[in-house]
Amino acid sequence: MTPAIATDQVHLAYGGLKVLRGVSFEVAAGQGVVLLGANGCGKSTLMRSLNGLEPVQSGTIRIQGEAVTTSSGRKLRQIRQNMGYVFQQFHLVPQLSAFQNVLLGAMGRHRLGLLSCLGLTANAEERARAMDCLDRVGMADRALHRPNALSGGQQQRVAIARMLMQAPKLVIADEPIASLDPKAGREVLDLLWRIVREEGLSMLCTLHQLDLARDYADRIIGMKAGRIEIDAAVAEADREMLETLYSGMTRVDAQPDGAAA
Amino acid sequence: MIDRPDLPPRFRTPSALTWVLVVGFAAFFIQGLVASEISIDRLIRGAGNLVRFIGQAVPPDFSRAPNIADAMLETLNIAVVGVTFGCLFSIPLALLAARNTAPNALVRTIARFVISVARTIPDLIWALIFVVTVGLGPLAGILAIIMDTIGFAARFYSERFEEVPKGPSEALTATGTGRLSVIFGAILPESFASMTATSLFSVEKAIRSAVTLGLVGAGGIGVELSTAMRLFRYDQAAAIILVILVVVIAFEQISSAIRKKII
Repeated sequence: MTPAIATDQVHLAYGGLKVLRGVSFEVAAGQGVVLLGANGCGKSTLMRSLNGLEPVQSGTIRIQGEAVTTSSGRKLRQIRQNMGYVFQQFHLVPQLSAFQNVLLGAMGRHRLGLLSCLGLTANAEERARAMDCLDRVGMADRALHRPNALSGGQQQRVAIARMLMQAPKLVIADEPIASLDPKAGREVLDLLWRIVREEGLSMLCTLHQLDLARDYADRIIGMKAGRIEIDAAVAEADREMLETLYSGMTRVDAQPDGAAA
Repeated sequence: MIDRPDLPPRFRTPSALTWVLVVGFAAFFIQGLVASEISIDRLIRGAGNLVRFIGQAVPPDFSRAPNIADAMLETLNIAVVGVTFGCLFSIPLALLAARNTAPNALVRTIARFVISVARTIPDLIWALIFVVTVGLGPLAGILAIIMDTIGFAARFYSERFEEVPKGPSEALTATGTGRLSVIFGAILPESFASMTATSLFSVEKAIRSAVTLGLVGAGGIGVELSTAMRLFRYDQAAAIILVILVVVIAFEQISSAIRKKII
């Protein structure tokens, strides 16, 4: 079976700053993987490059067998359609209702894009689907609220509903609970993983909490200073091993003498 | 404590460039004063003339009220029609000119050039150009207001587009949506409030310009005003100026009330 994500020797640099230094890993279809690593180790850049939001310098990234690294235009959009993305900062359109935000998740599937996805013009089926998605994240009663009238946890639920609306095969979640309090974070993470498991999706999720990572993941990948240091099934990844990710030279912008924090 | 070597100096000698600028400005200012032959004598005579003008203007003569009303209506027509088309044309132009929505650098440069030409040429000169090309009357006024509005609104719209946080558009891009859908789904909604405020400013600005456009024959109440002045009917002119004052103030009040509601 084609892996959901397969990267091979991915290098990416901003000017002279090498951020990704030969990243290779695979995520099998239906697998839930947590990516751990200290701040500034290149996690977010890696996540963004998987979606083609950040172009890589060399190496290949394949999503469900399709090469992101060499695709552009329509081809890239097709790859992206099968790939849900959950952001740390939710990234809902602040002026639109939760319902409209969820509807926008379907834009990629329609030839007319936005024209088929406005609250005014979307067909009855899509409108019902959007409400179903809101139902599944428990936000149907807030459908007409704007994001700023919702709490952080509720906004992330709406963002998850938007991802569901997109009907992806793979989900990328970049620190989905980093801006939420522990309780709301736990609830949102529960919801996200439950949906991923129910739909049989593949998942790559970055987290900062080792305990949560071990609770949810099938497999843990650890990144340090732009390289993959750990790649282990969750049962084999003990705490001591994971702690090493956060000590010593963790950042991609660290000086060789280790002076930079 | 007193003889610390790292104590900041009280005064730093200005750079050579500062000196050149200051001296250059002073020279230009004095040359201007001399060239315009300002003298106490002329100012006193001017004050006398002003008193005579006011004496003849009071009481204002409202006998031509129906004509004034017609001309004022035409002015409002010019302003409203011109500003509506101006704002509509500004949206695509601003999208082409903003860094995050322009298709490529060449198109962006061209769009920005068009906008800055529209802005740099003053409204009265646009009116003169259109009076020559489409003839006297309100059409020339409307076209002048359109150009003037584009110069103002398109610039502010495009600046707003560039300021929009890129998170939501990135989130939509990540779903595999095309560029146009991202622009209309995320960037336009995020700019909507600011665009409305800019458009209302344009309306206020357009009404003030529409009043003066008649002075060069582009229709509206300015035609009446320049006729009254040329015939030395200062009492009629005063009536027209009062009407202009009332209408412009009324419009500004309405527009700022709407703006406050939106923002």
